[in-house]
Amino acid sequence: MQYAILIYEKDSDFSARSDGQRQGSYWAGWRAYSQALQESGVMRGGAPLQGPHTGTTVRANGGKRHVQDGPYADTKEQLGGFILIDVPDLSAALDWAARCPAATTGVVEVRPILQRNAG
Amino acid sequence: MDAHRAAEAAARVSYGRLLAFLAAPSRDVTAAEDALCDALRLALETWPLNGVPQNPDAWLLTTARRRLIDKVRHERVRSGATEGLKLMVDNDETFGERLPDKRLELLFACTHPAIDPSVRTALMLQTVLGIDAARIASAFLVSAGTMGQRLVRAKTKIRDAGIAFEIPDRAELPARVESVLDAIYACYGMGWEITPAAETGNRDLVDEAMWLARLVVELLPQEPEAKGLLALMLHCEARRPARRFNGRFVPLSEQDTRLWSRPMMVEAERLLSAAAPMRRVGRFQLEAAIQSAHAERARSGRVDWSAIEQLYRGLVALAPSVGARLGQAAALAETDGAARALALIDEISPALVAAHQPYWALRADLLRRLGRTAEAREAYERSLGLTKDAAVREFLMAQCLPATKDGARDCSR
Repeated sequence: MQYAILIYEKDSDFSARSDGQRQGSYWAGWRAYSQALQESGVMRGGAPLQGPHTGTTVRANGGKRHVQDGPYADTKEQLGGFILIDVPDLSAALDWAARCPAATTGVVEVRPILQRNAG
Repeated sequence: MDAHRAAEAAARVSYGRLLAFLAAPSRDVTAAEDALCDALRLALETWPLNGVPQNPDAWLLTTARRRLIDKVRHERVRSGATEGLKLMVDNDETFGERLPDKRLELLFACTHPAIDPSVRTALMLQTVLGIDAARIASAFLVSAGTMGQRLVRAKTKIRDAGIAFEIPDRAELPARVESVLDAIYACYGMGWEITPAAETGNRDLVDEAMWLARLVVELLPQEPEAKGLLALMLHCEARRPARRFNGRFVPLSEQDTRLWSRPMMVEAERLLSAAAPMRRVGRFQLEAAIQSAHAERARSGRVDWSAIEQLYRGLVALAPSVGARLGQAAALAETDGAARALALIDEISPALVAAHQPYWALRADLLRRLGRTAEAREAYERSLGLTKDAAVREFLMAQCLPATKDGARDCSR
């Protein structure tokens, strides 16, 4: 079954990405994690996202279009990336989520992919 | 007097005992839980007004049992069944100061072979210790809803499949005791995984596991493996203060032995000595003996790796597991060198270790010792990607970095 691992990070995580002091260990953790996913044969895709300040939201309802600067939700943790994995069941997916570096610094959400029947 | 706290204390100390006693005759754990829960709620309402009864347990038991009888009466009206009520009345013997202890029977029911092994530990935690499903769920890394369903299914099975609340007979006993001990050890392992740090406050599951192991040692004094399990956990707990330094992970070989708890180590040794004359060596006694050999470093400053290797060899023969084979290889690396150890772990099927963090950590260490720096770095990274512990992640990263420098040329993949 396929699951999305949705990665929510704090401001301090986003800033660690380019902070001279912290970026080494930040990226080393992520590299190792995605490598472990790949070598265990469960990785199906995913990508890191740029920081929440680069987000733009669009709403088009009632014939009117609203474009707004910034991310959709104003929360302490922001979506920092997602990973798609293929594992036998939810407990295996949660096991991988717990290994995610963001699990100790932010929040990680696991959601099954909606399966659509052919036709 | 804080009646609220008195009720909580009574619940804490007596929950399992009361539940076991209530559930034993009908095997209906859910009904017993509901009744006990009602009684506890009523205690919280009435004790602050009327004072805490002299024998809180007896009060709770009487109240809960009344609830159970009411429920059965109610159902009898509906279904015409009388058996349940009869069970309840038959069971209405008087008990003096002490309630008959049926917790061991409850433990055996929870870990019965007919119960799915993956739910046994959770069931035991809920019924014997009264831990709520949501907390258990987090420990097991499943949602509260899922855990709730699993527990309900298991309790229905106990009731409907007629799993008796009894001590298994002699022939069956060793295997059944093993299931009980396995479930307790799983609880310990989970507490270990969530709260490996000495400084973290939430180490409930570890405490619960220790408590359960003590209970089984007390209730089954003739079982050497119960003593072995408690000794094993005591040795591991003794080292907890040394396992972290300023939040950093410290591997066993680098731990400051002065930080190890002497009383816990002494108790562990005493348990092992008491188990030995029973002449039934098992997995837990062997594992405890291995930890005891490591503990020797606190006394002599030395580690007898060849003794440890032999103990692991025995463990692999008795209860083969990836963990035991890794332990044997780690000891072999000390006695015969890293190359022999690497050959040994190369024999483990790759499917078993694809996501096994300790395997990759040991492999990395062995490769590093053999000077195979680039391969070592890859293995460190793999183990790094598989850990759930932030401090271990940092420790492995530190191991990785020098490898990156030394092997900079080989590493430019």
